[in-house]
Amino acid sequence: MAVTVTPERDVVATPIQRALREAFYAGAISLGLFVLFIGLKTDQNISNELILVQRWGLLAAVVILTAVGRFLYVGFAQPAMERAKAEKAQAPAAAVTAPGFLRRNFNKIGVAVLLVYPIVIVLLVGFQGSLKWVDNFGIQILIYVMLAWGLNIVIGLAGLLDLGYVAFYAVGAYAYALLGTHFGLSFWILLPAAGMMAAFWGVMLGFPVLRLRGDYLAIVTLAFGEIIRLVLINWREVTNGSAGISGIPKVTFFGLMSFNVSDPNYIAKVLGIAQSGAYYKIFLYYLILGLCFLTAFVTIRLRRLPVGRAWEALREDEIACRSLGINTTTTKLTAFATGAMFGGFAGSFFAARQGFVSPESFVFLESAIILAIVVLGGMGSLGGIAVAALVMIGGTEILRELDFLKAIFGPDFTPELYRMLLFGIAMVVVMLWKPRGFVGSREPTAFLKERRAVSGSFTKEGHG
Amino acid sequence: MAGPTLLDIKGVQTFYGNIRALNGVDVTVNEGEIVALIGANGAGKSTLMMTIFGAPRARAGTITFAGTDITQMPTHEIARMRIAQSPEGRRIFPRMTVMENLQMGASLDNLKHYDEDVEKVFTLFPRLKERIAQRGGTLSGGEQQMLSIGRALMARPKLLLLDEPSLGLAPLIVKQIFDAIRELNRTQGLTVFLVEQNAFGALKLATRAYVMVNGNVTMSGTGKELLANPEVRAAYLEGGHH
Repeated sequence: MAVTVTPERDVVATPIQRALREAFYAGAISLGLFVLFIGLKTDQNISNELILVQRWGLLAAVVILTAVGRFLYVGFAQPAMERAKAEKAQAPAAAVTAPGFLRRNFNKIGVAVLLVYPIVIVLLVGFQGSLKWVDNFGIQILIYVMLAWGLNIVIGLAGLLDLGYVAFYAVGAYAYALLGTHFGLSFWILLPAAGMMAAFWGVMLGFPVLRLRGDYLAIVTLAFGEIIRLVLINWREVTNGSAGISGIPKVTFFGLMSFNVSDPNYIAKVLGIAQSGAYYKIFLYYLILGLCFLTAFVTIRLRRLPVGRAWEALREDEIACRSLGINTTTTKLTAFATGAMFGGFAGSFFAARQGFVSPESFVFLESAIILAIVVLGGMGSLGGIAVAALVMIGGTEILRELDFLKAIFGPDFTPELYRMLLFGIAMVVVMLWKPRGFVGSREPTAFLKERRAVSGSFTKEGHG
Repeated sequence: MAGPTLLDIKGVQTFYGNIRALNGVDVTVNEGEIVALIGANGAGKSTLMMTIFGAPRARAGTITFAGTDITQMPTHEIARMRIAQSPEGRRIFPRMTVMENLQMGASLDNLKHYDEDVEKVFTLFPRLKERIAQRGGTLSGGEQQMLSIGRALMARPKLLLLDEPSLGLAPLIVKQIFDAIRELNRTQGLTVFLVEQNAFGALKLATRAYVMVNGNVTMSGTGKELLANPEVRAAYLEGGHH
């Protein structure tokens, strides 16, 4: 079956023979690679001398694991995949099944799950136990969903590669932190103000980079993100430098009730229920969920409006856009401003939730993570991006929960430290398996009768 | 049949850096005409087309459209004067559907006459109607050219600029597209300025034509005159297509 693709000498070899041979090679290569990496380890003894620790057992385990893995892959997994491919090729082409119930109603189910999530958690583990699940998982993931959806407007729709998106997040966060602590203004006033300020900085960034595209634009936006962070660190009089700003006021329940235990209108006193920090977290959860829905709603609406269509056209071909009478300057600036505005919203929410902001939260890595989520999810696809945020952020949060791994790898093992490694592996795997992200097809915005999505893989990628 | 002057290009010089691509070109297009510009590769035909649209901008000379000087206008405002273009290489939006591409063409109009105009485009190019939900990038070359012209027509132009509409297309498709241009001109009185390497087809179609060599207009006349001109025949027609 694999005769046609394998070299001639393999014609006589059965898959098992071939697998044994390849397993041997793989084992030999890994032995050569790892003998110094794993077999020997430099360490210090009590008198601070450099000593060599020999770890032959671990080396043997890794080499055997590699060889066995290669053996199983070549001997069993590969033939199985070939068979599946051959069967698929023989099957009639018309056998394209209609998408299942789950896939068809993916968005509705997702929204429903998000709406009932805190309630279910509270019912399962009580108010006190719900803190971690609502805060670390729910709110944390939703912040990234919102950021990624905001960045999606700039990258996914308008095709402007922005590596400094976290700058707008920082502007929003510091706008709320400074105005909230110094002037005591309410979150509900500062939320739109922070959004507007971020949008203003979006335009500020937009002007100098109007003529840039692709890699050049990426570099300038990267620098912009760093400039904002360095200003936050060094402008001590205003931002308190790297010590950050603490004591940022909490969000109130629309000014009616507060979440501070000492206030007379504390929510538990007003409603006559037991005190708990969980109310605030649950409220914040629904707040960020609302902000996410706002972002999604605006994105979906904009795509159907001339400005959104112009963004997408701009991503595809700037010259054609101009010759159709579209003012590319204002179109780009609105994309930057709109994307930045949502970053600003998310930032002010972040400041309110943390109660503390410092420049450390706005490093380049954050921009990279948000960008990774957008790319993994499939640029332009809201559902795909939400799934990517769930996997990426939820996955790294779950690492903290994997204490049982200490039993296997010893007490020094901290799974969180492998976060970036797993992040990288996940990116490579997804990009190999689905090069356009989880959802690679672009949903058209204009229809005659019924929606028909043509897979994105048939079409050329827009450049830039 | 020629009406008043619509597009008047006078002494236009265009440079790419220090390299002069156009050396003082004079071209006029009158209302209701089909004017063709023929010439070899690198003669400056497409440069002239782009210069009309202000990208690159003319360094000397004037371009007047319907009595307004558009030489220094930004590209998108030139387009808003109702000059539409099917640019070289078609430049349709590959990831957007045929319908969305046509909507983009009508952006100037704010989609006011969209339904009416889209029907007109579909009458002209029935092929596009079959492909309406398909992405631009999945169309064949000829269909993309039709889409590019259709998109330009959606803006209800007073002047349609076509840059090499026959490039890379099968003769039968070229004929369809030339027929469509003739049809537009006859029934709607649309003024067309056409750049072509397919000199024979272009000269047969055109009311008047210009020949361009190395950034200069060297000859002009009616389509018939140029078709009969021995120099033109020798340079662009003999051994060419029929």
